[in-house]
Amino acid sequence: MNPKTFAAFVGPSIVMMVLFIALPLASVLKQSFYVTQPVYEILEVETCTPTFTGQLCVKEIKTIPTIGDNGKVITQTSFVGFVNYQNVLELPRVINAFANNSWQQFMAIDFWRALRFTLSFTFITLPLVLFFGLVIALCINNVAKSIRGPVIFISLLPMIITPVIGALAIRWLFIGDGILTSFLEWWLVRDIAMFGQAWTIELMMMFYRVWHVAPFAAIVFYAALQTVNQDTLESAVIDGASRWQKLRYVILPHLMPLIVFVTLIHLMDAYRVFEEVIGFSSQAHVISLQWLTYDFLTSDLMGNRSIGRASASSMLTMIGIMLLLIPVLRGVWIDYKDKRL
Amino acid sequence: MFIKKLTTVIAISAFATSVSAGCAFENNIELKSLSNSFDAMKSVTEAMAECGNVTSTLDVDFKDKQPEAFAANPSLYQIGGVSNGTMVPLLNAGTIRPLDDLVAKYGSQLKPSQLITVNGQIMAIAMMVNNQHLMYREDIFNDLGIDEPTTHAEMVAAAKFMQSYNLVDYPIGGTYKAGWNLGEEFINNYLGNGGAFFGEGNAPSINNATGVATLNTMKSLTEYMDPEYLVADSTYVQQQFQQGKIAMATLWATRAGAMDNAEESQVVGKVKMASAPMGTTRPASTNWWDGIVLATNMTDEQADAAFRVAMEGIDTEMVQANNDDAVWLIDGYVAGSAAAGAIATANNGAAPYPSSSPGMGAMHTALGNGIAAFLTGKKDAATALADIEAAYTIAATESGLM
Repeated sequence: MNPKTFAAFVGPSIVMMVLFIALPLASVLKQSFYVTQPVYEILEVETCTPTFTGQLCVKEIKTIPTIGDNGKVITQTSFVGFVNYQNVLELPRVINAFANNSWQQFMAIDFWRALRFTLSFTFITLPLVLFFGLVIALCINNVAKSIRGPVIFISLLPMIITPVIGALAIRWLFIGDGILTSFLEWWLVRDIAMFGQAWTIELMMMFYRVWHVAPFAAIVFYAALQTVNQDTLESAVIDGASRWQKLRYVILPHLMPLIVFVTLIHLMDAYRVFEEVIGFSSQAHVISLQWLTYDFLTSDLMGNRSIGRASASSMLTMIGIMLLLIPVLRGVWIDYKDKRL
Repeated sequence: MFIKKLTTVIAISAFATSVSAGCAFENNIELKSLSNSFDAMKSVTEAMAECGNVTSTLDVDFKDKQPEAFAANPSLYQIGGVSNGTMVPLLNAGTIRPLDDLVAKYGSQLKPSQLITVNGQIMAIAMMVNNQHLMYREDIFNDLGIDEPTTHAEMVAAAKFMQSYNLVDYPIGGTYKAGWNLGEEFINNYLGNGGAFFGEGNAPSINNATGVATLNTMKSLTEYMDPEYLVADSTYVQQQFQQGKIAMATLWATRAGAMDNAEESQVVGKVKMASAPMGTTRPASTNWWDGIVLATNMTDEQADAAFRVAMEGIDTEMVQANNDDAVWLIDGYVAGSAAAGAIATANNGAAPYPSSSPGMGAMHTALGNGIAAFLTGKKDAATALADIEAAYTIAATESGLM
């Protein structure tokens, strides 16, 4: 392909990527080093409000944002260096916790608490997604051709459902005297509160994620199963390989690149776990890094948002994903180089 | 073709309602409103819709949308439903307009107490007052011979006594959902105990004996609650009450009417409203008001129509049809048994929600995020309060208040 044709093909997507990925990212990076504050003025304000018995007027000295001539609040933006990052990471408290040798104190800090959950969520769901994805793919591959279409459709359903809706559906099955909680209570003859403690909520969140993502892994693996070399399989059978040996030595090596692919996608997705925290209202017990960013961005009753800290926390999330992906990508790279030699 | 037909149908139905219903004028200007979602607000927006061309969005997360939506030019909504807490960001940003001339033109029926003024300018029209009061199952309390609880200690004692009879699933209910609700519960109890949130220069001052006592009171109540209390919001507790699962709860006065709604309640006539339990100095409750504001960024014709529509929404006719939805400030309201608790709470000296403190937003958020760790036993009271103060300090410093 000559360079001109290449540029014509690749150009549009590079423009899109710069516009919608690189520029916003650069803007977030910049904002993570700045803080924007309203310019306050201190005024005496008389406010009259209704009470149950009549009207109450109070005069107070108030700190209120100054409104400029254009009708907007006057703000000032200042460069603060790594202050936003410090406020998210809270390193002095981390050092303190380590000095006291206290895991509990360490887990009292929001960022690290969120990181703990995000990582364990990612690494516990990953093998389960791969395992169940493979099992579903093998099952589909082994059912009669005539019903394969409907079976594929049904096994894909969890993936089609909008994430938040799926999470809420599972929440309603279990919350309070939900239908499944009632069933469990009847079966085990004891009172069960699935939303009463951290571990049951974490369990539901992970169950939901595996349920939601395994079909994606399954469909990818199923596609790859169609291209397994039949000659190799046949020779394995002639050599007396058992079912397990066929899977272990023929099919899995063939699927390996796609297992790496699904792993990459899942690491990226699971590290950004968010819907589950909202869907299962888990914030009292566990929070995720993405939820933390969202919480910074949510305005409080006075209309203030922590844009600076939210930006810093987004950048940290991105760095986290990169760190997670490096070992996997490195493996792929080495593999690729070996093959070329 | 089909679309054309459909729009005609919608147009006709809108026209039909505007003719048949009780609106004094026919509104021709497209108007939108954004507000919180609860029964009283539904009644008001339905009454506004009778004038035609009014689309209302009722959303429990309205407070996250309102500041940005009103800051747009032209504003995305012309009419806003606010409370004393949620009016502050709009007021601070200058996105709600003074209503003096409109009140002079169309607001003769308003009572002086409905006019919310800031430095003499009318900025909002109040329609109702609200607070949290004690609701309890009168039938159970009478059967067991327990007196009406007036303090949290009495509530706990009653719950303990009740437990052995197995009449309800959980004796106590509470809106302890982590986040805004849990923060609000602490604020109520802390104010009830006479606490102050801020010291000099917006510095936090909750890590003290009053704060610890407040947290301990809250924990003592949770021992008799549904173990899932950290996901229970007002609607959840209201439903637990309606289904006869709980016997007492401190709940918003606007939820009282739902107890006698035969369509969804199994405890019609059995729930009595009383004053919120007393803290050491005043009831563990805060007084709120709800009302209506108009956006700055719209034309004067729109504002004119919006105000007239809003006045139709909060007129005497609406109140008479929905008397028990709230403690209305509007002419024609008759305080019934549903309002008894709210009024008793106010008479016992409940404090207004401290929305005038500039740091209250950050404090409320920090409290809502930080208290759960104490209730689940991950932190002791003093540590939890110290961490909340630290979180508040970071947020307040970032927004320039400290």
